[in-house]
Amino acid sequence: MTKIDELKQELEKHFQAQAQNQNFKFSNSVGDDVIEVPKEELIAVLIHLKSVHRFDFLMDICGVDFPNREKRFEVVYHLFSSKDSSRLRLKTQVAEGEAVETATSIWKGADWFEREAYDMFGIRFDKHPNLRKILTHHQFVGHPLRKDYEADHQQHCTETLPIFFNNEGSSRGDVLNENLVPLNIGPSHPAMHGTLRVMVELDGETVVRANCEIGYLHRCFEKMAETHPYNQVIPYTDRLNYCSAPMNNVGYCKAVERLLGVEIPAKAQAMRVILCELSRIIDHIIAVGTGGVDLGALTAFFHLFSYREKVYTLFEKLCGARLTVSMTRVGGMAQDAPEGWFDDVMAFCKEMSAGVDEISRLMIDNKIFIKRTQGISPVSAADAINWGYTGPLLRASGVNLDLRKATPYYGYDGLNFDVPIGTNGDIFDRYLVRIEEMRQSIRIIEQVCKNVPGGDFTLRDKSLVLPEKKDVYGNIEGLMNHFMLVIKGLRPPVGEVYDATEAANGELGFYLVSDGSANPYRLKVRPPCFAIYQSFPTVVKGSMLADAIATVASMNVIAGELDR
Amino acid sequence: MSQKSVEDLSRSFAFTSKLDSLVAWGRKNALWPLPYGTACCGIELMSVMGPRYDLARFGAEVVRFSPRQADLLLVAGTITEKMAPVLVRIYEQMLEPKYVLSMGACASSGGFYRAYHVLQGCDKVIPVDVYVPGCPPAPEAVLDGIMLLQRMIATNQPRPWRDHWKNPYTGKSLDLPASSLDQPRIVDGK
Repeated sequence: MTKIDELKQELEKHFQAQAQNQNFKFSNSVGDDVIEVPKEELIAVLIHLKSVHRFDFLMDICGVDFPNREKRFEVVYHLFSSKDSSRLRLKTQVAEGEAVETATSIWKGADWFEREAYDMFGIRFDKHPNLRKILTHHQFVGHPLRKDYEADHQQHCTETLPIFFNNEGSSRGDVLNENLVPLNIGPSHPAMHGTLRVMVELDGETVVRANCEIGYLHRCFEKMAETHPYNQVIPYTDRLNYCSAPMNNVGYCKAVERLLGVEIPAKAQAMRVILCELSRIIDHIIAVGTGGVDLGALTAFFHLFSYREKVYTLFEKLCGARLTVSMTRVGGMAQDAPEGWFDDVMAFCKEMSAGVDEISRLMIDNKIFIKRTQGISPVSAADAINWGYTGPLLRASGVNLDLRKATPYYGYDGLNFDVPIGTNGDIFDRYLVRIEEMRQSIRIIEQVCKNVPGGDFTLRDKSLVLPEKKDVYGNIEGLMNHFMLVIKGLRPPVGEVYDATEAANGELGFYLVSDGSANPYRLKVRPPCFAIYQSFPTVVKGSMLADAIATVASMNVIAGELDR
Repeated sequence: MSQKSVEDLSRSFAFTSKLDSLVAWGRKNALWPLPYGTACCGIELMSVMGPRYDLARFGAEVVRFSPRQADLLLVAGTITEKMAPVLVRIYEQMLEPKYVLSMGACASSGGFYRAYHVLQGCDKVIPVDVYVPGCPPAPEAVLDGIMLLQRMIATNQPRPWRDHWKNPYTGKSLDLPASSLDQPRIVDGK
């Protein structure tokens, strides 16, 4: 009996009347289990799934707009079970003006996800503590991800908001305490790692209240994805987490390939693994290096960036670009690795293993660094799961979850590597985990580089992959093939898929809905730091201001993927 | 050294150039940039500052995050509608003489984000002196842009786009001395 059948039996038993009225719909879409429930039953089902079936991770909540349906919006809940690493999607339909009950009482992490669905689609969530805009500016009228909103209809913003803290959903801003010092940091501030705005109320140097505002880099990724053919979305994914761009490429292409039901050749898989692990290293370099800058250690930044430059040189050799490589295509890689590239990577690994030791001596063996980070704003394992933490931060809190081990892809199950786990979930543990992950990434790259599989770097399916240039210019079949693909685009079948990879910051998920046309109907990214950053005001409450800065650094918040 | 000997010393050498050129030379070699990095370009800007490319070699030495301490605004990354008022405010807070370099496609034109929340170029709200193309530009391109700006400063290049700039939200113009607008400028020593 498959998992969905078991679930079906169990849920039918538990929710007898509803299930008999055929109000629950069970299905399977491209390998994902999906349950459709009426919105009245939604919260009960979520609670049941969480307590009985241990779906204790809420990975994402998103909306999908179908303007022609009677009930226009679909609210989709992505669940992940820590019991057997299985996934489940829960869907419910909502008409315009109707409301669903909020899930914030079940998961704290539902807070921002619901606010985003409200901002983008206008779906209301009953009893949500603070339902207001999150990504668009406060003067913005309408809900941009609705199908009837023009992608390029700009609305100007003429002013910034004064300092405010979370209060009622209806009233923005509240009375500041006269005895406390309000302080605004950002949205352009060196300690804020991108365009984040943090507002705090200080008693001396202790943070009494904190609030963060995001959306200063909302570049409409999801709307852009809807208006571009599948392969043209790849450059946009680069710019999500620009500190480790190739990982985003891989995550997106993997989702599309799964929807298409194709498997890429072994060589492409190996190249993707190498690219991913190299990007993990440089992402951690940024996190550790700039985290050091926030504590006053400028030397570490300069030193670490010389290693980052070496990875950039490898990327340049591979494809000519440094930061935004766009190296993957649906069906494989854009081009083969140049001769000797894998040897260069091996040489880099050797340098880097010495480099990691140096970094750990410079940073985590440093007395000041230890004193500034150990025991600062710890997050317990239960809290971390509740907020929807993934990646190094979740592992630092002591939860052993790494998608490379839990749901292996691209041959990660055949590779030898360890997953570092922390104990306290404080800032120091986070850096320890990151530094150890760099070591493990080097191990992975060395194993893959030692026996790179032969064969092609891409599929040669004519309906998916552009022919080589010599064929385009050399024979009529190649020319026609190229023409058809460029004009009509590749067209995945109707369906939907949620696919996740372990990116440097955590689970990077892509939820893709296809209506059979050349553009994605809906593409929702689940950026790892979005779930993480919403816990910031709670986590830093009661700590010192300087520790709050260190906390932002340790969370490695990347505005590009946070705001999309 | 006594008072007299200082006066003697001052008589013993002379600058064989116009004061304008001397000041321009000084300005061009002492740029203090404010890195306004918002996105991917901000990361590449870190590389420009970092060990291999080392912007300090060109006299653009000290990176300052306070508008009061900077004279070159490096706009690196996408400016969204929400960010635009912040950018204008920072530009207004900078002291004269001030320069703006727009790094990358997004800052210069909105890039490939023809989208509802992206400002289609930071020159919609502030005056830009140099545009550096690329997405993101290679660090060499940014260095070239800064050297171009240095040539503009050295030659006292007229900058009408800046002199006639008005704050798009308040309509106020910069508080420039009248002379700087009316007098003919010296270009290439002519």
